[in-house]
Amino acid sequence: MKRFEMTKSYSMKKRLVLSAVAFSSVGVLLAGCSGAGGGAQQADGPVTLTLATVNNPQMKDMEELKGAFEDSHPDITVDFVAMEENDLRDAVTKDVATQGGQYDIVTVGSYEVPIWGQNDWLVDLGPLAEADPAYNVDDLLPPVRAALTVDDSLFAVPFYGESSFLMYNKDMFAAAGLTMPTNPTWDEVAGFARTLKTDDVAGICLRGKPGWGELFAPLTTVVQTFGGSWFDEGWNAEVNSPEFAEAVQFYTDLVKDAGEADPVSTGFTECLNLFSQGNAAMWYDATSAAGPLESETSAVAGKVGYVHAPVKETKESGWLWAWNLAIPNTSKSQDAAWEFVSWATSTEYIDLVGTTLGWERVPPGSRTSTYENENYLAAAEAFAPITKDIMLAVNPTQPGVNPQPWVGIQYVTVPEFQDLGNQVSQDIADVFAGRDTVKNVLDKGQELAQQAGDAQK
Amino acid sequence: MTAPDLIRTVAEPGHGPAHAAPPTSVRRPAKTPLTGGQKKALRLARTLVWPAIVVAILVTQIPFLVTIYYSFQNWNLMRPGSRGFAGFDNYVTVFTGGAFMQSLSATVVITGSSIVLSVLFGLGIALLLNRKFFGQGLARTLVITPFLMMPAAAALIFKWSMLDANVGMVNWGLSTLGVDPVQWNTDFPALTVIMVLTWQYTPFMMLILLAGLQSQSKETLEAASVDGAGPIRSFLHMTLPHLRQYIELAVLLGGIMLLQVFDPIAIMTRGTGGTKTLSYLLYERAFVGLEIGEAAAYGVITVLLTIIVASVALRLLFKIFSNEGAKP
Repeated sequence: MKRFEMTKSYSMKKRLVLSAVAFSSVGVLLAGCSGAGGGAQQADGPVTLTLATVNNPQMKDMEELKGAFEDSHPDITVDFVAMEENDLRDAVTKDVATQGGQYDIVTVGSYEVPIWGQNDWLVDLGPLAEADPAYNVDDLLPPVRAALTVDDSLFAVPFYGESSFLMYNKDMFAAAGLTMPTNPTWDEVAGFARTLKTDDVAGICLRGKPGWGELFAPLTTVVQTFGGSWFDEGWNAEVNSPEFAEAVQFYTDLVKDAGEADPVSTGFTECLNLFSQGNAAMWYDATSAAGPLESETSAVAGKVGYVHAPVKETKESGWLWAWNLAIPNTSKSQDAAWEFVSWATSTEYIDLVGTTLGWERVPPGSRTSTYENENYLAAAEAFAPITKDIMLAVNPTQPGVNPQPWVGIQYVTVPEFQDLGNQVSQDIADVFAGRDTVKNVLDKGQELAQQAGDAQK
Repeated sequence: MTAPDLIRTVAEPGHGPAHAAPPTSVRRPAKTPLTGGQKKALRLARTLVWPAIVVAILVTQIPFLVTIYYSFQNWNLMRPGSRGFAGFDNYVTVFTGGAFMQSLSATVVITGSSIVLSVLFGLGIALLLNRKFFGQGLARTLVITPFLMMPAAAALIFKWSMLDANVGMVNWGLSTLGVDPVQWNTDFPALTVIMVLTWQYTPFMMLILLAGLQSQSKETLEAASVDGAGPIRSFLHMTLPHLRQYIELAVLLGGIMLLQVFDPIAIMTRGTGGTKTLSYLLYERAFVGLEIGEAAAYGVITVLLTIIVASVALRLLFKIFSNEGAKP
């Protein structure tokens, strides 16, 4: 009898414990979802702007130099909230999507700009930029400007931009008696990689880490130059098309035969590590990698050659990415915000970075005039001219062989793409490991892509 | 809920019959009329309980109710215009999508193997540490360290220092034995996660089992050896039965903590190759897919499943506990 009562009183307690444990885990999730409000400001008098940004070196430089702006605009103070890339994406998406109004200026990647613009979340900066002759909006690099424009509205202005190119270790090529052409094809590159591969040195480093922004940044450019695409002009999925499959097969085979070990662990940072220590003969990745490769900590500084992204069916195959500044519609100090945005993306700011912090630290890839600046060209002579050539040559409106219904190269500017790219890239990890075939994986991807495509029709 | 609370709550019934005074009866034997003073005292007692109940309901139930509400919404953060009532669509997606069952089996495999391995290793280390030797305290502290490390830090150490394909210590160690470098994350993702978790949770299991070992009376063991039982026999027939409830407790607590594992998966394998556990799947639906409704549906199902599994497991465990305690 006593035992019975005890079990009973226990079972009540137990239920409470259980619900507490179970529900608190849900609570955490929900707390993450709800946007934090606040941030109200007066329109006149002193203004404090809150700027959400990514913790890249170029953004830290901006924070360091913001004093110059505040000196010339005594009414405006700028608070920086710097976050890691994924956190920034989560935080800003939540704030903007729920109309939180926490930020006056947000740092947005070029993938999100058109989507957010179409949702009426961002202020059209075009009229503001054109009204200010000193800003010289026509100086913005045309492909970058095109990627940030929807229906003639410029929803963000670039802070810095990048494309992709092929980097190779000149010493290794010389030792093997190989010559790298300025515009290599993927077949040539695959040949070089297989020749140069040894037990200690990877022939080429290519990203394999799952994620739409990791594996699928370089892989989508390969797909496009092989003649494939995620969608055709009518938003029909083309993921299991022969061209897409050939490209994925080529990429995974090349990594397995002559690439780095453990591809699923390897993203931008890991490749940078490998290549800068002289453990890879080639590396196809972002043009922004050149800065760290030529810095003092790199074992290959001065020994790296830079050429155009390898191609097959197209003339160019570089990608296009920019970190941009935009003003959410919910900001209560839009005029002051534009004052800061136009300052931070101006030629004046670029000169300020060059003269105070050094010309190699100038944010690249945003303005044509940067590449006409003698000081910058002298500091970055190894990679600046080719970066400019590539950035002007890429075509975000039609990067592949066939026309596409969105503007963007290594991504598709629809909300569903980050999920789609993420899931397909996770399945491709099984191909690297030999647990699955390209055909199976892409058939699965085709279904997912068709769902995403149907949402656009 | 903190760990000590849980331990107390969970451990109580097991120890109860052995030494505690009989619990105060919940029921009154018969309805005896109460005096005015007693009624007043009772009313006051009830009133005093109310704030606690209200807080408990607010804290535990509201988030869950909101989750249930979201799970019936069609809500993608990136498509503000299309938000609306979705009926059971999200639940249909959960059960027909295929991701859920895969994720459930990944959770069972990863959690289950990590628990079994860490209990085995924990038992071995606990047996060693239970002996008197010089520097015992220091050894114990050193052994506990992995459990005190932040999960994200542990995962980063394994990713960069231990399991890196080029410069990792594990591959270096294997190469001295003539084994080719292993691509851990690519070829053995589930094993990689299990390794990290086992490394982290072995000390936790060890602590609980060591407490059990130290509570075993020396006299019993001495008596056994006088009766002619060798070390193996007295371990199997004396120590192991004594440790049984400690092992059960370790498994239960380890299970609750490991079910929520996230960091090694996010940092090392990114959900590839059978490592997409329920918590990682939920994260992906909410923060990569930005499908709040669908993620909430996953959350609701996960909670229901956890309650079912946990209550079955708990009932089973406490039956065993009670039997153990009832032994003469």
